[in-house]
Amino acid sequence: MIVARTGNEAMAEAMRQINPDVVAAYPITPATEIVQLFSKFVHDGLVDTEFVPVESEHSAISACVGASAAGARVMTSTSSQGLALMHEILFIAAGLRLPIVICLVNRSLSSPINIHCDHSDSLASRDSGWIQIFSENTQEAYDSTIIAVKAAEAAFLPGMVTTDGFIISHGMERVELLDDKEVPKFLGERKLNYSLLDVDNPITLGPLDLQDYFFEHKRSEIDAMDHVLPIIEKVHKEFGDKFGRYYPIVDEYKMDDAEVAVLAMGSTGGTAKVAVERMREKGKKVGLVRARVYRPFPRDAMTKALSKVKVVGVMDRSDTMSTLGGHLYNDARSILYKSDNQPLMKNYIYGLGGRDISIEEIEAIYEQLFDIQKSGEVDKDVVYFGVRGE
Amino acid sequence: MKKEKEGWKDLPIGLVLGAATCLNFETGDWRSEKPIWDSEKCTHCLLCWVYCPDSAIIVKDGKVQGIDYKYCKGCGICAEECPPKVKAIKMVREEK
Repeated sequence: MIVARTGNEAMAEAMRQINPDVVAAYPITPATEIVQLFSKFVHDGLVDTEFVPVESEHSAISACVGASAAGARVMTSTSSQGLALMHEILFIAAGLRLPIVICLVNRSLSSPINIHCDHSDSLASRDSGWIQIFSENTQEAYDSTIIAVKAAEAAFLPGMVTTDGFIISHGMERVELLDDKEVPKFLGERKLNYSLLDVDNPITLGPLDLQDYFFEHKRSEIDAMDHVLPIIEKVHKEFGDKFGRYYPIVDEYKMDDAEVAVLAMGSTGGTAKVAVERMREKGKKVGLVRARVYRPFPRDAMTKALSKVKVVGVMDRSDTMSTLGGHLYNDARSILYKSDNQPLMKNYIYGLGGRDISIEEIEAIYEQLFDIQKSGEVDKDVVYFGVRGE
Repeated sequence: MKKEKEGWKDLPIGLVLGAATCLNFETGDWRSEKPIWDSEKCTHCLLCWVYCPDSAIIVKDGKVQGIDYKYCKGCGICAEECPPKVKAIKMVREEK
């Protein structure tokens, strides 16, 4: 069914079709609508979900942990400060290997307080042991929500699917929805490694773990992260085979003969694709690489993609506050350290606090990348693009 | 003999252990004071059994049988909770 939906509406629809056993959530702009719409589905009896309206995001994710440990399929949604308030429990959910899925709407972290998009919230949680999938548009947000539930449950790890606040969350787009019956069929039952409610097989969950076992448990969690990408690829293929929409781990656009490329995440991927089209009309060989899956970082696929070009402009909608540039830039540089084909690389920090990024601006970035290709030198590694006074 | 500790590949997924693992942890050797139960004075109200944090009050068919010194840490809660008119439990210095 083809419909017009905002990102939030599409994610709420995906949640309705997934029909989770438990949703515990607290509202926050711009993610509020997702659970607001979902709570209406609960009220109208369209889902079987136990909806827990809690008093904070810390409680929301804590209730999710309890429910997931009991064996339930569990989802929630949040943004920005909400995710920050969940922070300590994110690590616990991952350590307990609970496949909770968060529909996360990217919004800047305070301060200054702001409600618009950048990636500082999700990227501040990048080390928590959660799978992170960034969406380019509403269709992808919808599909990825379903894909993430299946992949998370197969990997026994939690995952978050993000949209860009307001840009995707409140932007109306054409979306193809799946049939209501197809989604539960695609997902199947959640496979359990244990359940707190299984009284015949009582367990101790999350006990104190000191010098003698903590390291082993952490090592095993890291190993689980190491096996996530093939699982996501398998679910991508199953999804594509069944519904006709195939997704890559790393999205490459016009990369085969590209000389320079932009690397970006989220909705900027879509804007950059239009910029690529326009540059190509002018005969300029440019391409785009988009990190769809950001955690775990797709090392091999990303190395392969970036090695195709001479110059990469990495666009980060976040800064690490380390004086080393943005998140994506640091990861991309790191994986290429041992590569034989190291492209020149420049980091563009852009769009913080929801500052718009236009097609023309990305075209200007491509022109700068060609200048770098010509001179063979990167004058400045990290620049702040679109900020006044630079 | 002490069991070899597992490597990370042998651990179950998630931070899961079997249940009732405290049975393997004999907290009785923490004790500096020891509860002495008087079967003559005891009215079997079971308040000590309710309050004992280590399930160290042995009860059979609703009657107190004694104290499980393998697990009793000697906290004295049982002696404190035993009704003042009964006083069937008193704490004495642990002699080793």
